[in-house]
Amino acid sequence: MSEMITKKLMLYFPKCECEKPIIYHLVKDYDLVVNVFRAKVTPEEEGFLVLDVTGTEAQIQRGIDFVKTFNVTVNFSGKGVTRDETKCTHCGYCVPYCPTGALNILDGQTRQVVYDESKCIECLACVRVCPYGACTAAF
Amino acid sequence: MKTYEQISDRIESGKAVVLTADEIADYVDKKGLQAAAKEVDVVTTATFGPMCSSGCFLNFGHSKPKIRMSEAWIQDVLVYTGIAAVDVYLGATQLRHGDPANMYPPGEFRYGGGHVMEDLIAGKSLQLFALSYGTDCYPLRELRTYFTIQDLNQAIMVNPRNCYQNYNVAINNSDRTIYTYMGRLEPNQKNANYCSAGQLSPLLNDPTYETIGIGTRVWLGGAQGHVYAEGTQHAGGCERTPGGVPVEGAGTLALTADMKQMKQEFVRGVSFPGYGVSLALGVGIPIPILNEDILKRTCVRDRDILAPVIDYSSDYPQKTGNIICQVNYEQLRSGEIQINGKKVQVGSLSSYYKALEIANLLADEIRRGDFQITKPIAALPKDKTMKPLIKRKQK
Repeated sequence: MSEMITKKLMLYFPKCECEKPIIYHLVKDYDLVVNVFRAKVTPEEEGFLVLDVTGTEAQIQRGIDFVKTFNVTVNFSGKGVTRDETKCTHCGYCVPYCPTGALNILDGQTRQVVYDESKCIECLACVRVCPYGACTAAF
Repeated sequence: MKTYEQISDRIESGKAVVLTADEIADYVDKKGLQAAAKEVDVVTTATFGPMCSSGCFLNFGHSKPKIRMSEAWIQDVLVYTGIAAVDVYLGATQLRHGDPANMYPPGEFRYGGGHVMEDLIAGKSLQLFALSYGTDCYPLRELRTYFTIQDLNQAIMVNPRNCYQNYNVAINNSDRTIYTYMGRLEPNQKNANYCSAGQLSPLLNDPTYETIGIGTRVWLGGAQGHVYAEGTQHAGGCERTPGGVPVEGAGTLALTADMKQMKQEFVRGVSFPGYGVSLALGVGIPIPILNEDILKRTCVRDRDILAPVIDYSSDYPQKTGNIICQVNYEQLRSGEIQINGKKVQVGSLSSYYKALEIANLLADEIRRGDFQITKPIAALPKDKTMKPLIKRKQK
């Protein structure tokens, strides 16, 4: 059996595609394990959905191909939360509010704040607390 | 030992030995105090963090016909016009007109005076709207125009209080989240916030104000400026450790510099949800090593500096004077402190990373001979204390 992998995806739903049970089909027909971090998919409006999908490489690819047939944009790198390094002053104020350690200070000498995107669960705590507006949410 | 003139000469000839306050303690441990005092000319200190008592004087020059501005807004942020015709003062904590503030708490406080200052330094085109009652000599009664910092005759930052020597650690003893200038504090002492560069901070490296005084040249937001007065609320006569380090706010500095020489990355507007807007500012101050005592004091380490932990849900707003305990900056920087046996997560409002960057930039400028040290023209008061405001019922 092929190795199971997990990929983080952000899906963008244009106005017309918001009423279809796409995620249901990913589970049922493509045998993917989904973990939705954050979603805002409302009828008559555009929508966003950030999720982890777990399955074999081939299963994930088939699932993505299926999603794309709905005119839904699949974004692999961009996520619902973006950190603008040029706006960050590395004060470290965000660090205690980040529940997963995605924002952290690893080097006690320089005290630089580093962002590990793979640990981010999109709770948006950093978006609310950063005094410099370095973290922003796509939705 | 050395004189100001001797150190100046060495800087002038590009031979000055300069270390940052971050490096000096280890260096002195290795070399010995006596040898290091002979060798080292300057120790650079720095800080970067929100400093609310900041602002700037701007001069617009005259329109045709002329106006004596009696009310004015830049990007809808009110500026003070109770001075000459086209001079204004913009304050860092002034909120944009129409901002709902805390009407639906916690408010977002997205834009204010500090952000205008950042945008000005970034070279952005900003809107000026001014009103006047009109006079014979200044007939224009309304003006709307757009300008950049290059259009201004002067843009001089004049900050009544920067560089607090030491600062509180804020915590919340109550059972609800509170929103303060020290950030969001979770209930039941879940987190604590501090705001100081600790061992790198200017006045903690010169705790008795021997070299930092009125007239001292400073690095302010990337420009060369100077200390023009003691800062407001300067209170050097406070409790200190046996090593002379204050265990509370203590000294402050009033700083000024030309904004046209500043860099945006060191002058940043900040928003604190539920509290308001402010300005985060980078400051660097060189300490000339005139003798061994001065050098010894720059060797202060985070573990030697104590800060008071204060409850911002009750003791701070009610001015009870109570402190929960004292912690040192080494503990604070570990990201966790112990309060009554309970672990509390710690965050910082002051950026040590940026402070270190500034201390190194300043050290490089001094090594190149581009930044000179100065002897103060007057000392900061050492024994002043802070007076409270008394609510009197009669005159």
